[in-house]
Amino acid sequence: MNQDQIRATVLSELSEIAPEIDTATLAPDRPLREQVDLDSFDWLRFLVALHERLKVEIPESDYARLGSVDQLVAYLAAKTA
Amino acid sequence: MIEFKLPSLGADMDEGKLLEWKIKPGDRVTRGQIVAVVDTSKAAVDIESWQEGTVHALLVQPEQTIAVGTVMALYTEAGEAAPPPQAPAPAQTLAQPTSAPAVPAAAPAPSPAPASSTTAAAATPALARTRISPAARQRAAELQIAIDTLGRGSGELGAITLADVERAAQSLSVSAPAMPAAKPAATPTRADERALQMRRTIAAALSRSKREIPHYYLSEPIPMRRTLDWLAAENAARPIARRLLLAAPLLKAVAVCLKSLPELNGWYRDDAFTPSAAIHVGVAISLRQGGLVAPALHDVPAQNLDQLMAALGDLIQRTRSGRLRSSELSDGTVTVTSLGEQGVQAVQGVIYPPQVALVGFGRVTEQAWAADGALMAMPVLTASLAADHRVSDGHRGARFLTLLRELLQQPERLSEPT
Repeated sequence: MNQDQIRATVLSELSEIAPEIDTATLAPDRPLREQVDLDSFDWLRFLVALHERLKVEIPESDYARLGSVDQLVAYLAAKTA
Repeated sequence: MIEFKLPSLGADMDEGKLLEWKIKPGDRVTRGQIVAVVDTSKAAVDIESWQEGTVHALLVQPEQTIAVGTVMALYTEAGEAAPPPQAPAPAQTLAQPTSAPAVPAAAPAPSPAPASSTTAAAATPALARTRISPAARQRAAELQIAIDTLGRGSGELGAITLADVERAAQSLSVSAPAMPAAKPAATPTRADERALQMRRTIAAALSRSKREIPHYYLSEPIPMRRTLDWLAAENAARPIARRLLLAAPLLKAVAVCLKSLPELNGWYRDDAFTPSAAIHVGVAISLRQGGLVAPALHDVPAQNLDQLMAALGDLIQRTRSGRLRSSELSDGTVTVTSLGEQGVQAVQGVIYPPQVALVGFGRVTEQAWAADGALMAMPVLTASLAADHRVSDGHRGARFLTLLRELLQQPERLSEPT
């Protein structure tokens, strides 16, 4: 899966958790949780969904590196490569 | 004959609109069975029966708005002969609220009274359960699309989502452009009205709280190193889908501490406090479209953290998709609000009547912490208590926060049922 596909997956799973957002308006380099109202449960569901879609392990100790869409995509791309 | 009445849906929900019946005349009903779905200003609620019997007649029709306490159905008891089907009595009790709605702006709609109980029954066949999000339900109503024409949705467990409704509207407008069904929503929308209605119901309950309850407020900074380290170690060994959030040990700790402080757990009604042996913790859950619901997690001390985590996840999901059970809205004996998620350091809460205490958690922040003659960096959580002075004093409230602080220094004690 290339980066564009991973990005599309990330945004589609995000829309499932927060259906009210327009993913086209998100700043991909800004912290996601500053732009989208995600509580810790939403965040966990989002990561679980990405784990299931991409078969990637995401240890809790890595959460701090997953702030923005760009960071998520880079992290997941490295893991799926 | 047993009268089944619309049960309480919590202090701020005094009426509801029947969406559908889950029973029909002749069905046997057991305690706890979901018999109807009622829409409140906050959510669609699965109404559970607290009586047992055989359904004789359904007295309220879908789309009718009724007050809490209205007789919705009549059951016959075991061994009781059903009265003749033309019995006129049920029609007279139709939609007679036994308590007035708190929100005068939303008086019950005039009810088309069925000529007899049998016609009411015939008019309301048991409908298959349709899973649909509140937003989708509103949009479908705006677009005048019948929900039962939408089929299985694309959401979780086949739930119909807003996108499904929009797609259906698109295809309707393509296939039949002249149909009025696909006209764009007029302004103001039903969603706006609903948001306004929810704001009114929250205002009514919390105005009552501030008017009647002499609140006192306490807060305590709690060092969280031990609990967070324990949680991190626990989660490192778990697959992602089974990881615990801090909310689970916090809710558990609150419930365990309340066991030794009964004056903070229960209901104040009719000038008297009744402590509750059971500890059902209401969890303040914000809704995506705005507003707040605080449904209860039942018997929290008896659950281990995995059970609690699963129950909490389920409760949040169902709150946001609008599928709560009536007992969850009426059973809470205390409420917990966690505003730390939004980044604030502390909360001074408003008690949700008839409860007598509300526990608030802020955000965990790293702070300079002096202990044992040394200065260190410490993750700190500010816990607060708003409690009812008619029932307890600051001394007992302080005891609660002290117990909570101590328990969170021994997180391994939280993992098992107590």
